[in-house]
Amino acid sequence: MTLLRYEDWTSPVRPVRREVLSVVPDDATEPPVLFVPGPAFGAWVFAEHWLGHAAGRGFPAHALTARAEGGLREYAHDVVQVAAALPRQAVLVGHGVGATIVARALGRYPARAAVLVSPVLDRWATLRHALTVNPAGTVPAVFGGRLRLNGRQVTADERVRPARLPSLKNPDKPVGDPPVLVVGSPDDKVVPRASLDRTAARYGGAPLLFPGMGHDLMTGDGWAEPIDAVLDWLGKELL
Amino acid sequence: MSDTPGVADRRDAVCVIGAGASGLTAIKNLREQGFAVDCYERETSVGGAWNWRHDRSPISSSTHLISSRPLTEFPDFPMPDDWPDYPHHSQVLSYLERYAEHFGLGEHVWFGTEVVSAVPVGDGRWDVTTRSPGGGAERTQRYAAVVVANGHNWSPRMPEIEGEFRGRFLHASAYKNPAILRGRRVLVIGGGNTGCDIAVEAAQQAAEVWHSTRRGYWYAPKYVLGRPADQVNAVMLRLRLPLWLRQWLYKRSVATSAGDLTRYGLPEPDHRPYETHPIVNSQLVYYLGHGRITAVPDVARFDDAAVELTDGRRVEPDLVIAATGYRPQFEFLAPELLDLTEDGRPDLHLHAFARRHPTLAVVGLLQADSPALFPLAHWQSVAVARWLRLRTADPVRAAAVQQTESRRPLEQWSRARVMPTPRHWFEVSSTDYLKVLDELLKRLEPA
Repeated sequence: MTLLRYEDWTSPVRPVRREVLSVVPDDATEPPVLFVPGPAFGAWVFAEHWLGHAAGRGFPAHALTARAEGGLREYAHDVVQVAAALPRQAVLVGHGVGATIVARALGRYPARAAVLVSPVLDRWATLRHALTVNPAGTVPAVFGGRLRLNGRQVTADERVRPARLPSLKNPDKPVGDPPVLVVGSPDDKVVPRASLDRTAARYGGAPLLFPGMGHDLMTGDGWAEPIDAVLDWLGKELL
Repeated sequence: MSDTPGVADRRDAVCVIGAGASGLTAIKNLREQGFAVDCYERETSVGGAWNWRHDRSPISSSTHLISSRPLTEFPDFPMPDDWPDYPHHSQVLSYLERYAEHFGLGEHVWFGTEVVSAVPVGDGRWDVTTRSPGGGAERTQRYAAVVVANGHNWSPRMPEIEGEFRGRFLHASAYKNPAILRGRRVLVIGGGNTGCDIAVEAAQQAAEVWHSTRRGYWYAPKYVLGRPADQVNAVMLRLRLPLWLRQWLYKRSVATSAGDLTRYGLPEPDHRPYETHPIVNSQLVYYLGHGRITAVPDVARFDDAAVELTDGRRVEPDLVIAATGYRPQFEFLAPELLDLTEDGRPDLHLHAFARRHPTLAVVGLLQADSPALFPLAHWQSVAVARWLRLRTADPVRAAAVQQTESRRPLEQWSRARVMPTPRHWFEVSSTDYLKVLDELLKRLEPA
């Protein structure tokens, strides 16, 4: 909790046009869900399956593409702007670096609940892990460059861009004390299992695991199982 | 506690009085701490002072914020980032309406219901009696706590001027539209932000304008170095520049923009910068320089069609507008509950907590510099909600916090240096105040 926010007061983040993809059910019964991909992906990665599926279960579903230029502060700013513009208090779902963005946004916006999917909150643990799987794509990121993910780590798709791994040392405690769920796979080739445990413990829980899946749980054949588990959890938490 | 017939017991619920900006943030933060809330609002919509449809709203058609967006918005619900630096009052209202909708606050508000009285009944509990404005059946309910957010800019403070005036004499609260200025000769009384705003509008509309001020002020421009002035001021605070240096820089920046205002007949300020509530107006000096506004001293008396000034001059306006501020009023509370002095000034810990009633608090009764009131009211209400929560969850620690707080020196949160006028009863330096609230919030955190 930060009361004195000199950075926001002295140099407000510049507005940009934001890409938000939405699927809103006619008879929404549930609070809106905002999906936040990492900057390596775009809103498209959720538009393939999860947006429509969440909407089918009564959740107005939105996904935000990270701005082209910016760091964690700008990304989190955009998440809070889009969330606050929704008609009701939103659930934030971040994936990969998007989970890091959500973790930061949670210090600035009282989300209804939050889900961190394959969260990259441990920069160094992630880099060590990725080095063993994809040394060529990872070495530049160790020296502050961009992380280039290969087909063993994420779905091969020409829309996946190399992106920087931001570091978030001590995210502010979430305001409004929302329930937070960590979701991942023990077979993730980007985020190691131990890191999932640590992130979940930080938010007072254990991770929900989907063995046999990769880093991007929202693509590939098994996409339905994790999103159903997430929406079931939300259903229980939002009662 | 015995049951009183005719009183509905709302048990742990908290009563919030008023659904303006401060009341809304109080509902939200009390709900976040798990309290049931009943909010009573005499009007039929949210927004309080910022809703121009409300009888008691002081807004006029051209009111804009005088603090910039990032220093005005609630800290957990930003205004849209493509809004202007200084939004119009209609944008502020739509912001408050969206805040209420976003957090589902409306369902906790009883609209068209005014509070007649709130009476302590022992054990920290309160009997709150309500009715429809202007009459109707009264209803009494019992609450665990009362949070007052009834605003302090609705009960006009009229200047006492001897003699009779033949023209029209209004308080600024009744000024809604520059149309009434058109072609008139207008005297505006008061050097506060409202007085300056109206004088500028009169300069654009009226035939002749006199602006009467009692003392000289530091008229801050809305922009300094190409940035909103409060954002530049925040840079100085961020750099932890000492007050004397900030005062010097402030004087320099006024000297290089407005220049020496005594040239226009304005008195020299009788205080240093930061010792009165900031006056933010870029256009006043511009119109003084164009001869569209004539600066005059205090009014001595009315004399039929003329107004006599303290320097002996006589002017003959058609219209006199007194922008002389408002007085706080708590007509539903016995004066001793807020330790009201004879002239109506409440004595509250941190301008928020009643000293002798741990379950009575006031939110938003502040004159903030920068950041502005909304963020301060937000953190005040977080503190009130946490305090009420700790009191029930851990009475021993709550008592310890109360002990520590009672020893807090006054000057820590309420600078003694500001001018000793009723206008500055609730003046705080926002960042000093936030630092103190920060400490308090940490102490109130659940173990």
